[in-house]
Amino acid sequence: MIEVDIEQQLGAFRLSVAFRAEAPIVGLFGRSGSGKTSVVNAIAGISTPQRGSIVVEGNRLYDAARGIDLAPERRRVGYVFQDALLFPHLDVEANLLYGHRLRPSTQHFIDRERVLDLLGIRSLLGRRPTALSGGEKQRVAIGRALLAQPRIMLFDEPLASLDVERKGEILSYIERLRDEFRIPMVYVTHSVPEIARLADTVVLLSEGKCVAVGDADEVMGRSELKLAAGPEEVGSWIETHVVEHNLDEQLTTLGFDGGRLLVPLLAEKRGERVRARIRARDVSLAAHRPAEISILNILFGRVTSIGKADESTVDVEVGIGSESVTARITRRSLRELRLCVGQEVFALVKAVSFDRRSGGYL
Amino acid sequence: MTGLTPDELGIVALSLRVALVSVVCSLPFAVLVAYVLARFSFPGKTLVDAIVHLPLVLPPVVVGFALLVLLGKHGPLGSLLDRWLGIVFAFRWTGAALASAVMGFPLMVRAIRLSIAAIDPRLEVAARTLGGSSLWVFASITLPLALPGLITGTLLSFARGLGEFGATITFVSNIPGETQTLPLAIYTFTQVPSGDAGAIRLSIIAVILSIAALAVSEWLTRRFDRARKP
Repeated sequence: MIEVDIEQQLGAFRLSVAFRAEAPIVGLFGRSGSGKTSVVNAIAGISTPQRGSIVVEGNRLYDAARGIDLAPERRRVGYVFQDALLFPHLDVEANLLYGHRLRPSTQHFIDRERVLDLLGIRSLLGRRPTALSGGEKQRVAIGRALLAQPRIMLFDEPLASLDVERKGEILSYIERLRDEFRIPMVYVTHSVPEIARLADTVVLLSEGKCVAVGDADEVMGRSELKLAAGPEEVGSWIETHVVEHNLDEQLTTLGFDGGRLLVPLLAEKRGERVRARIRARDVSLAAHRPAEISILNILFGRVTSIGKADESTVDVEVGIGSESVTARITRRSLRELRLCVGQEVFALVKAVSFDRRSGGYL
Repeated sequence: MTGLTPDELGIVALSLRVALVSVVCSLPFAVLVAYVLARFSFPGKTLVDAIVHLPLVLPPVVVGFALLVLLGKHGPLGSLLDRWLGIVFAFRWTGAALASAVMGFPLMVRAIRLSIAAIDPRLEVAARTLGGSSLWVFASITLPLALPGLITGTLLSFARGLGEFGATITFVSNIPGETQTLPLAIYTFTQVPSGDAGAIRLSIIAVILSIAALAVSEWLTRRFDRARKP
């Protein structure tokens, strides 16, 4: 359980954030300048809020009213920075053990060997940080933070300086850590796909304030997201599993309660869970099942809600089985289809809109 | 064996001792001042900066005179140090070391400050989150990363100390065997008829010492660089 309730004046910027979250991975999401990094810095003790309290797993790290303000070195917070910040004068092994050596052995619960194997960094031990690639640096940085025996891990946009391939790689390492070590993690990002893939609980920040807290699926579909991430990113997630692969046509079939989705070929094995993300602007609606159409995904459902109209567009939520999909259509289409809540519709999603690069499903 | 007379050996030994002691004693202060100037901003910082650099721009004789006034037997600081700690600078080799230290201080601070300013302060932050106290982080991260500046600063100050003349002769006079370092001895030779031969011999020694100091620092820097590269 992470409980944050802080107020901090940073120049002209006012941070006033309060949330409680209990999840393996808490996503801290917002545009740049929304105060995400300020929040993790306050948790790590790098900056001190003027008011409030921070409690991690029952440990009171900061409490202005009670005069508690633990020094960063006593907070046992594993911080992974955007750029790995490895110590350039030490080799990889000495970097990894920097924090390990400083913690008394009574606090040791993360084993060095396990970290080396899990992150695949055993072969790098003798190298200098300058001789590492971006992805390797970030893996060593994660290992270094873990070996300092943290009670919580903080990731501040750890993928920002990596290319697409490396991003996916680091994400799967983070997932392995989550499953292996059971340390709560706070993951800061402005990337929707990263949140979609990792976060169970999402804290949405905007202009130094917390605008929503809750389940990732729920929060990320909400219209607050529009506020925080821009209208392009509104969409929905569907929990699916891999049904089959069609290697000939390079397509994968995903199954979920309510239908099937055809997407470009995935690497996941049959039966594996996949969280598919469908952006609202990639969904069209039809009153009747269209025939002879290039769109492969035609999902049958009912309109569950119609959002407030913009100048020209409106978001329509369609319930499909126990899942739901948001479609962004024009006001004109809404009028011409005479859509209303409860009406039966077909939601059309192009298979190619599941962009592998944007991590549409991850 | 060295071809030096006992007098010359004594002068060289004294000069080295004065320069070494001045460097060793001023290094911790220089690191502290350099760190504060590189990392913090505070009211009066410009003033501190100016005072540190003063010996670089003042005539050395003025610095020596100021030391004499402050730290002489009857100076306000000198009499206190003598009475409470039994430390006397006036007309002692320790005074020569102090004069060297003061004259070399700005050079040392400048070099160290530059290399500390070049270190990403977030490295220190990262080390703190990993469990290092601020003192330990300073010793294990900041100092090793500032090592090139420490070496350069030490060498500059050492060389300045070997060549120090004006402040030394003003503060502690020119006493053979006590405060007569190489430059002072050379000066003394030039003041007597037929002293040229002695002055030339000592000048050659000064050149050799300077080159040796430079070589040692080069070697240290290169060793350090090699240790750092992959």
